[in-house]
Amino acid sequence: MPLPPGGLLQLTPEGLYCPAAEAWIDPWRPVPRALITHAHADHARPGCGTYWAVGQAEGILRQRLGTAIDLIPLDYGQLHRIGGARVSFHAAGHVLGSAQILLQAGGERWLVSGDYKRCADPSCSPFEPVATDVLITEATFGLPIYRWRSGAAVAQEIVDWWRSAADRPSLLLCYAFGKAQRVLAELHRLGIDDEVLLHGSVEALMAPYREAGVAMPPTRPLAELPRGATLAGRLVVAPPGALRGRGLARLRNAQTAFVSGWMAVRGARRRRGTGRGFVLSDHADWPGLLRTVHDSGAQQVYVTHGQSTVLARYLREVEGVAAEPLEGAFEAERFEGETQEGAPPEPPA
Amino acid sequence: MRAFQALFEAVDGTTRTGAKLEALEAYFRAAAAEDAAWALALLLGKRRRRLITDRRLREICLEGTGLPEWLFEACHSQVGDSAETVSLLWGQRGEASPATSPPNGAALDAPLHRWMEQRLPQLAALQGETQAQAVRACWASCPPELLLLVNKLLSGGFRVGVSTGLVTRAVARSAALEEAVLAHRLMGGFVPSAEAWRTLVAADANGASVAARPYPFFLASPLDPQLLLDQPPQAWQVEWKWDGIRGQLIHRSHGCSLWSRGEDLINDAFPELIALAQSLPVGTVLDGEVIVWEPNAAAPEPFASLQRRLGRKAPSAALQRQCPACFIGYDLLEFGGNDLRQLPLAQRRQQLEQLHGRWMAQVEPPLRGRWRLPAVEPLHSWEALEPLRQNARARRAEGLMLKAIDSPYLVGRKRGHWWKHKLEPLRLDAVLLYAQAGSGRRANLYTDYSFGLWNGEGQLVTFAKAYSGLDDGEIRELDRWIRSHTTERFGPVRAVEPLQVFELAFEGLQRSQRHKCGIAVRFPRISRWRRDKPAAEADSLASALALLEASP
Repeated sequence: MPLPPGGLLQLTPEGLYCPAAEAWIDPWRPVPRALITHAHADHARPGCGTYWAVGQAEGILRQRLGTAIDLIPLDYGQLHRIGGARVSFHAAGHVLGSAQILLQAGGERWLVSGDYKRCADPSCSPFEPVATDVLITEATFGLPIYRWRSGAAVAQEIVDWWRSAADRPSLLLCYAFGKAQRVLAELHRLGIDDEVLLHGSVEALMAPYREAGVAMPPTRPLAELPRGATLAGRLVVAPPGALRGRGLARLRNAQTAFVSGWMAVRGARRRRGTGRGFVLSDHADWPGLLRTVHDSGAQQVYVTHGQSTVLARYLREVEGVAAEPLEGAFEAERFEGETQEGAPPEPPA
Repeated sequence: MRAFQALFEAVDGTTRTGAKLEALEAYFRAAAAEDAAWALALLLGKRRRRLITDRRLREICLEGTGLPEWLFEACHSQVGDSAETVSLLWGQRGEASPATSPPNGAALDAPLHRWMEQRLPQLAALQGETQAQAVRACWASCPPELLLLVNKLLSGGFRVGVSTGLVTRAVARSAALEEAVLAHRLMGGFVPSAEAWRTLVAADANGASVAARPYPFFLASPLDPQLLLDQPPQAWQVEWKWDGIRGQLIHRSHGCSLWSRGEDLINDAFPELIALAQSLPVGTVLDGEVIVWEPNAAAPEPFASLQRRLGRKAPSAALQRQCPACFIGYDLLEFGGNDLRQLPLAQRRQQLEQLHGRWMAQVEPPLRGRWRLPAVEPLHSWEALEPLRQNARARRAEGLMLKAIDSPYLVGRKRGHWWKHKLEPLRLDAVLLYAQAGSGRRANLYTDYSFGLWNGEGQLVTFAKAYSGLDDGEIRELDRWIRSHTTERFGPVRAVEPLQVFELAFEGLQRSQRHKCGIAVRFPRISRWRRDKPAAEADSLASALALLEASP
């Protein structure tokens, strides 16, 4: 369903557009002014005129989109006037520097959630509930089969799994930006201070997190480990895609596990063929999505990404909230760009 | 149950065979006989019992959680497994639901055999609301990690990624027995009980443990011609590969039996072959192929005739006349009560031919036609192999078998001794018309395809379904394509734009009333994605019929 005409936000071929601010939110194509919820590749794309984003996301955005991009760093909660709209960014608890974006004009408030989660995560600022009239929420895990346990409990499982194999390396597959650092921060909280080895693409994201003061165990790029050094009993963190490359040749005898919300389903885990699965997600689970809708006090909800039809129908029929799926290129995103949790798990190549 | 649950998780949570074997062996070493027996039966996965249907479990779950049915369906299509969907939804029900007794250790402490012999059958025996309440009380008493296992056992859908061979090896190791001995003792199924377990793992073979059992089948591998050329053709026995079902025919003092390769006893379906077994001397075991073959015909009937006999208990006299079963007994595994499997093939063959000769001299028609022993095909040079293989279709055979004349009769698939050299499959280029999502690890991925051929009026007619042949990358790509080129949805099935062409390979064609296109296809699979070919250039029904006519 399209957005009603005359609303604060419109859906254009470039993405969600706010005429009052003359700005797009997480546009799919190059536009003059882009408000970015977070730096994952399916939300932050190259080629735009000016980027507005939370300061903590700046380093990662420049790394990914080019150091020379025109970027205005913001603080959470700060109110900005852009054109005829007031715009503020609020913590979304998804990854470092992730935000929900609130737009206000003509006496109306619209909130774009971006990707978010409600459970505690020591690697980023916690989700801030924001009151709004209209809410546009994601629904990546919008099914009641998805309900997360605490990150600490999952991290303890990971430690037990890792410690059970002293004779071989343990290869933990996590998306390079967000998930890997969250796992490391959770490990730190459990008192782990063993050096953890990192694949290059995870290593590339460590500096912004360390600069933001996120406490994590000591890490070292796997490539810097001397030839012949034993890997038995070591924990190695790498993105899932790395399995296809040659970088992990040294880990041939490793035990392998994949960390993702998708691992809640046995078939999805078996499809990956990586052995163990740990259920840990950057996205809101079913209760988290419902809670967010309620907390926002929104009169009207539009649902994007993943299970948009299901969540909208549930809100409408069971919770009595006016809700509609918002069909756009959100669905197509599931299959584009780099692997991250917004995409369903791919079968191994 | 704690130990079995841990075993399930350990095996399910790794892809390394070594780790699975280790976990299995450790389990069987430690488990009490009555639990080990059940674990073995479950892992072998033969004849799973469905205690409560998936549908009923779903109903009980929905009543208990208050979720709408459409939401269950949405979850199910993501999960791809009904028992797992139930487990996830129950395990995730909110704090708001009325607290029954909270999960405690009791459910885990109860041993596996008590679950299998008492707890679960008791639930199944109940009905209506009493059953629903009892099932929900059972779920409530289960810690989350146990829910899936319990529901899988209830629905009869318990499966975990271990092969029969791996389980056999683990049990053999835990009992310090030869794998082949254990494989033999397990043939024909295993009915779990402490007694059966003890007999199975007893150090010395007690005659009773194998009296009624077939020998484990020795299997051939697809031919690797390079491995043959170094050796003279005279070192090989060449036979036709028949298109029937593999069987073992036994006459021992306890009686006669016919076993299929799937270790099913198929005496009832083939009374005439049991009569054949009775005409053999006591203490005889033949390995061979069950097939339909008219007594005076030069070639057997196509597989479709045999299909009419399979799975029939007590076939009528008319059906036995129309589709007379025949046993192509090509190997002698036991004679005079002696296990001959270690003898070289040449010696077994010699004894077999002598036995067949004596038997032919003794029996009358119609028994005579029921055991055929086709002559070994002489082969003097490797150059003659290919022309010989090309004759297979004329003989209604699938191809050739090459068996090393000095080969013992081993257990399972051991490369190097027996090769199968099948004919190239038939091939047609067909257009993708419909797709349906798979289940389990293919849940939520469109992997079950229907294909069509052109008819005379320029329309595509459904011709075959195929589920295999694409690699994971192609499946993913095709899934994406299907989602964005859907023209219509019929429940779980999507009709797609008729644009993609695939080369299908199959073993044979049969006329069929039951199929819209009038043709039934045997074992169709995708051999290639013909991205180079526009749909208009795909094959027609006429070309399929031409292939059909060309096959004898």
